[in-house]
Amino acid sequence: MQFKNSQNICIDPKTASESTKRKKTFTNETLLSAQKLLRERLCHQKLPDQPVGLDSQYKHLLELLRRTAVHGESNSVLIVGPRGSGKTMLLGCVLRELMSLREVQKNVLLVELNGLLQTDDKIALKEITRQLHLENVVGDKVFGSFAENLAFLLEALKKGDKSSSRPVLFVLDEFDLFAHHKNQTLLYNLLDVSQSAQTPVAVVGLTCRLDVLELLEKRVKSRFSHRQIHLFSSLSFGQYVDVVRAQLSLPPDFPDPKFSDEWNHSKLCEDKTVEEILRRNFNGSKDFRSLHSLLFLAVSRVSVSHSTLREADLIEACRLISADSKANVLHGLSILELCLIIAMKHLNDTYDGEPFNFQMVHNEFKKFIQRKSHSIHKFEKPVVMKAFEHLLQLELVRPVDSGVCKVQREYQLMRLMLEHGQVMEALQKYPQCPTDVKQWALSAFG
Amino acid sequence: MSRYITRLRMRRAYKWNGRPVSKDRKLKRQYYESMSISVEGKTEDVTVSLGQYILIEGDDDDNPFVAQLLKLYTDDSGKKKTAVVQWFVRTCEVPQNKRKLLGRHPHPQEIFFYQDCSCDNEVDGETILGAVQIEYVPVEDPFPKGKSKGILFVKLLWDTKSFRALDPELMQPPQSSKSPPPSSRGPQTRALPTPDLSVMKRAMSGILTRGSMSTGKMSSSEAESLHSASKLSAAKALSAKRRSRAVSGPHVRKKLDLCSPSKNMTRDDVLGEILDEHTEKTLTSKLNTSPTGRISISIRLTRLNLNEEECVSPLSSHSPDKPRMTAYDKDESTRARTPSRRKDALREPALAALAEEEHEDSPVQTAATPRSKRKSAQLVSSRIRKQLNLLGNTVDLQSDGVDGDDDDCFVPAKIDLQSSSDEEEEAKIDSEDELIVKKRRGSGTSRSTEKTRVSARTPRKTPSKKTAPATPHTPRHATPSIPSRSAPARKPGNVLEEARDIYNFVESKVIDGTGGCMYISGVPGTGKTATVHEVIRSLQQSAEQDEIPHLRFIEINGMKMTDPHQAYVQILQKLTDQKATPDHAAALLEKRFSAPAPKKETTVLLVDEVRHLLLVTLISIGYFLFIILFDWPTRRNARLVVLTIANTMDLPERIMINRVASRLGLTRMSFQPYTFKQLQQIITSRLNRVKAFEEDALQLVSRKVAALSGDARRCLDICRRATEICEHSGSQKNSSGLVGMSHVMEALDEMFSSSYIAAIRCASVQEQLFLRAVIAEFRRLGLEEATFQQVFVQHQALCRVEGLQPVNVSEGLTVCQRLGSCRLILLEGSRLDLFLRIRLNVSQDDVLYALKAD
Repeated sequence: MQFKNSQNICIDPKTASESTKRKKTFTNETLLSAQKLLRERLCHQKLPDQPVGLDSQYKHLLELLRRTAVHGESNSVLIVGPRGSGKTMLLGCVLRELMSLREVQKNVLLVELNGLLQTDDKIALKEITRQLHLENVVGDKVFGSFAENLAFLLEALKKGDKSSSRPVLFVLDEFDLFAHHKNQTLLYNLLDVSQSAQTPVAVVGLTCRLDVLELLEKRVKSRFSHRQIHLFSSLSFGQYVDVVRAQLSLPPDFPDPKFSDEWNHSKLCEDKTVEEILRRNFNGSKDFRSLHSLLFLAVSRVSVSHSTLREADLIEACRLISADSKANVLHGLSILELCLIIAMKHLNDTYDGEPFNFQMVHNEFKKFIQRKSHSIHKFEKPVVMKAFEHLLQLELVRPVDSGVCKVQREYQLMRLMLEHGQVMEALQKYPQCPTDVKQWALSAFG
Repeated sequence: MSRYITRLRMRRAYKWNGRPVSKDRKLKRQYYESMSISVEGKTEDVTVSLGQYILIEGDDDDNPFVAQLLKLYTDDSGKKKTAVVQWFVRTCEVPQNKRKLLGRHPHPQEIFFYQDCSCDNEVDGETILGAVQIEYVPVEDPFPKGKSKGILFVKLLWDTKSFRALDPELMQPPQSSKSPPPSSRGPQTRALPTPDLSVMKRAMSGILTRGSMSTGKMSSSEAESLHSASKLSAAKALSAKRRSRAVSGPHVRKKLDLCSPSKNMTRDDVLGEILDEHTEKTLTSKLNTSPTGRISISIRLTRLNLNEEECVSPLSSHSPDKPRMTAYDKDESTRARTPSRRKDALREPALAALAEEEHEDSPVQTAATPRSKRKSAQLVSSRIRKQLNLLGNTVDLQSDGVDGDDDDCFVPAKIDLQSSSDEEEEAKIDSEDELIVKKRRGSGTSRSTEKTRVSARTPRKTPSKKTAPATPHTPRHATPSIPSRSAPARKPGNVLEEARDIYNFVESKVIDGTGGCMYISGVPGTGKTATVHEVIRSLQQSAEQDEIPHLRFIEINGMKMTDPHQAYVQILQKLTDQKATPDHAAALLEKRFSAPAPKKETTVLLVDEVRHLLLVTLISIGYFLFIILFDWPTRRNARLVVLTIANTMDLPERIMINRVASRLGLTRMSFQPYTFKQLQQIITSRLNRVKAFEEDALQLVSRKVAALSGDARRCLDICRRATEICEHSGSQKNSSGLVGMSHVMEALDEMFSSSYIAAIRCASVQEQLFLRAVIAEFRRLGLEEATFQQVFVQHQALCRVEGLQPVNVSEGLTVCQRLGSCRLILLEGSRLDLFLRIRLNVSQDDVLYALKAD
C-alpha cells in the first residue's frame, strides 16, 4: 500500500508543475473554501436543497406530518429503504420544510430516538421525558422508577386532546431495534396513543428492514396504520451521472466566480474512464453514500498545484475504495508464509474445501521444497510452525470450531479464509516473487 | 379523631349472651337474643340485642355503617357469628348525584332507612362495633336540637331511587311479631324452603326411583301404552323433550336470564334467584349420597316446585285445581311418574311466571305462605275424594278396561272430569286456562309458553277425550306440536351480539351483587376493548337513571405497565388514590376484597392484555395476581366483576393449573373477526352519513379486510388513506369528488402489496446478480442454504457472463451485507467471513419473477 502511494507521489509532481505553470491565479483560500463546501455536501453535514428522485415520497410524508402538526390528526408511518437510500435525509428535508411554517414552528414537539442508542424501553422513556422537557414537571423528585415513568408519560399523553395540546412527532430511527424490546411496550403505547383520541402524535419509524412488520406483535401491528413509505431508487445511469455533476458543481454564489466557473465547466463526466468508474460504482450500489465516499476521496486530492478535479483523482479514489482488504494483507507476507498459503490452496483444491491441519500443510510444503530445492531455503519445522502461527494471527487461517478437546497444535483443523482468486491476484502483484513459487501456485496439483 | 373505636386499634371479643333462643335444625342454626362485645382495655362490655341499632365496620373508619339488628345466629360449628340487619345509610353513602333529590340540606346526623334488596343484609357478627342511638323524627317535624352528637336521626326512607317518607311502623323493633317488610328477605329465605323440602323430598324420591328404572324410560313407556297410536308419537316427543330438558335445564335457564331485559329484573326475580340458591344448598347437602348426575335435575325440580306455587295460585284463586294437588297424595307408583310429568308440565309456566311476575298482584305473598295454600288445597281435595266415593261406580263404568291398574296414575285427571261430572265445569276450567293463556300472550311472553302449556296439558286431556269426544276442544289441544324452544335460536351476525352478552353478564352480576369473571378473547381490532367500554358506559348511564345499582369501573392494561407487579399498584391507585409499593398494594387489595364488611357497590375491573400480566406472574409471585383476576370474583364479599381481555382463546387452559381451573366458573366470550357487512356498517357509521365513498369502493375495502384479517382498525386506516389519495388526485381530475374504486385500490396496494419484489427490482446490478448467484448455487447444491464462498464463485461467473468486471471479495461481501440488512437474504454469523451462511428470505420464484421483469 505504501509502495503504491509512493508511486503516485512520483507521478504527482509532474502534473503539479504543469498546472502551476498554467494557472497561479487561484489562492489557497479559494480552493480550501471550495473543498470545504464540497466536503460538507459529501459528508452529509448539510441537507440537500431537495431530495433527489423522492418527490412523491417527500410529498406524502410532508402532507402526513403537516396533518399532525396543523390539524392534530394522529398518525404513524414507516419509512423503509435500504441503507444509504436517504431515509434520514428525506425526513430531515420534510422536517425542515415543516418547521419553516410559522404555525407549526412553535407548536410541534419533536422527539428523536434511535434504536442503537435507546436500547431498552427504560432508556427510551427517560429520553422521551427529557426531550419533551417534562422532567421539571415532575419537580424536585428524582425521576422515579421505570413503572412510574411510563405511567407518568402515558398520563401526560392521555391528558391532551386533538385541539388543545401540542402535537408530538416521534422519530424512531432504526425502528426494527425497538421491536426487539421486551413486550414492545414502548411501541404498543406510542401506537396506541396514535390510534386513540389523545394527544396528537405522529410516529415515524425509519428502518432498512423490509420485513419490519413481521417483527411487530399482532396487537402492536394492529395499532400501526400500515403506512409505509418505501425508498427504492429507480435511478437510471444517466440520472446518476447528473447527480454526480450536481454534487460536484459549486453554487453560483461562490465567492470567486472565476474559480467556480472553471470548476463547473470541467468536462470530467464526459470522460470515458470516469464514466467507467461511475458505472462500476453504480452497478455496485445505487445509493449515494458510496458515491459520496468515492467523490470525497477525489475531492480531497485537489490541491493548489492542480486546482480542478481530474480523472486521475477519481481513478485513484476508486482504486482505494474498491481495493480488496485481504489482498493488501497478502502483500506484506514473507515468501515462506506465501508458500504455506499456496500449499493450503492446493490442499483445498485436492480435498474440495475440507479443513486441514498444520502437518498436512507442512507435508505439502516439504514436497515442493524437495522438487525445487534450489530457489528456496530449507526451513526447519519450528520456523514453518512460527510462520503458520503468524498466518493464524492475521486470521488468514482460522481454526474450525475451536476444538472441544485440546488437540496438539499441529493437528488442529484449520480453514483458509482466502478465495482462490485472491491468492492468485496477490501472487501477481507480489514484488519479486520467485518464479518457482508462481509456477507452483499455477500448477493444478502440488 | 374518630369517635368510633375501629378494629384496627382495638381488639374485640365477641360472645353470646345467654342460651340460644331457638334452633333451626334444617339450617343448623342457633338463634340468640343478644351478644356482648368486650373491648380490650375497657372494663364494661357493650351488649347488643335484637332490635337495637348498631354500628358495623366499613371502609370508612369515621363513618361506620349503621344498621338495626334483626337476628343473631351461629352456624353449627358455633364459630361464625352472623347477624341479619336492616341497613341505614348515611348521607355520604348516598350517591353524590342523588343527594339533590332530598331537596334540602341533610342534617349532619341524619340517616336514611335503606330499602334495597340487592344489598346483602347478612353480616359477620364480628364486624359489629357497638350500639348507637337512633331517633325517629316524623317527616313534618324539624330535627330536634341540642341533642348529643352520638344520636342519629332517621326521617326518610331511601330506596336507591328516591327519598320517601318513612313509615314509623318500620322503626319498631322486630320482636313485636311482625317483622319489618323490607328486611323480611332474610327470614323469608329461611321460612320459605321449609314447606318445600317435603315436596322436594318426595319429588326427589320420585326422581330417584325413576332413575333406578332405566332412566325414566319405563314410565314413559307406561304412558305410551295408555294412549292410542296417534298419541304415541306425541308422547315420545314429550318424553324425549323431557329427557333433553333434564340434561340441559340450567342452560336453558341461563339463556332466559340473559334474554330478559334489565327492567324486568324486579325484586321478585332476585328473590326467586335467592330462593333457588338457597334451596340448592340445602338440597345438595342432603343429596350427598345420590349420584352427581342427579343433582342438577333435582335442582331444577326444586326451582320448579317453588315457582309452581306461584303460578298455580292464580289458578286456584279462580277455581282451585284440586285434582292436581291431590296428585301429591297418590301412592308410590303414581308418585314415580307424577313428579316427572309435573316437572315437564310446569317448567315452562314456571319459567314464564318468572318473567311475568310483575304482572301478578302479590307473588311474594303467595310465595310466602305456600304451606297454608297447600294444606287448604289438600283439604278440599280430600273432601272431593269423599264425594267421589259416592260416584265410584260410574267412574268404573266409564273407565276403559284395558287401562287396568296402570290407569291409577290417571286417576286424578279422571276424578277431575268425573267430579265435575258435567262438561260445563270442565269447559269452565278450560276456559279459565285459556284465559290465562291469553293473558300470557297479552303480557308478551313468547309463543313457546303457550304451546308448552298446551302440550303439557295433553295427558290430562286424554281421558276426557275418551269419555267425551264431543267436547268443544279445538284441535290444537288434541294434537300437540313439538314445542318450540324456550329461547329463540341465536341469530348470527348481529353486530352487537357480544355487547349484549357482556352487558347482560355485568348487569346481572351488579344487580345480584355477586362477583364473576369473564374472559374475552379475539384477534386484534375486533373491538373487544371498545365494546367493553361501550357496555360500561351504558351501564353507568342506566345506573344514573337508577335502573341498576351503582358500579365502579376500573381499567388496567397489561401492556401499559412495565411489569405485572405494577397491576396491584394501579388497581389500588384507581380504587383509592393511594400509592404503595407493589407488595403493600397487594396486601391492601387482599384486605379490601376479603374483608367481611359489606360493600354497597360492585367494582368492575377491566384487565386488558391480560396475557402480559399472567405469563410472568405465575413464576415470580405465585399466582397471587391470578387470584385477583380469577378467585376474588368468586368471593362472596368481594362484589368484584372482572373482565379480562386477551388475544388467545385458550389462554386459561394454557396457563391455569388444574386446581385453579376447577374453581372458577369462567364465562367466556370470543370475538369473531368482523365480517364484511359489519365492517361496512362500521365505516358507514363512522362516516356519519357523509357521502364520501362510492358504494363499490366501500364494499371492496370491507371485503378485502374481512378476507384478510377482519381488523376494523385496518379497514379504517385504508379508508383514511384512500381519502387522502382521492384528495390529491381530486385536484387534478376533479371527477366525482367521491372516493372511488381506483383510490381504494391504490391504498390497498400500498398497504398490502409485498415490498420485496419492488425492492429487488430497484436493487443495483450487482445486488441482482448476487441474488441470481444465490439461486444458482441453491439449485446446484439442492439445498436452501449456501456459504458466501460458494455463492461468490457463482457471482463472479455471472459477472463474466454479463460482461461486467468481476467484483472482488470485499465488494461481494458489501453487496451481500446490504441485501442482508434489507432482509432479502438472511445471513448467519457475519464473523465467519467467507463461510457466512446465506439463505433467501423471499421465495425463489419471487426473485426470478422480479428479475425477469426488467
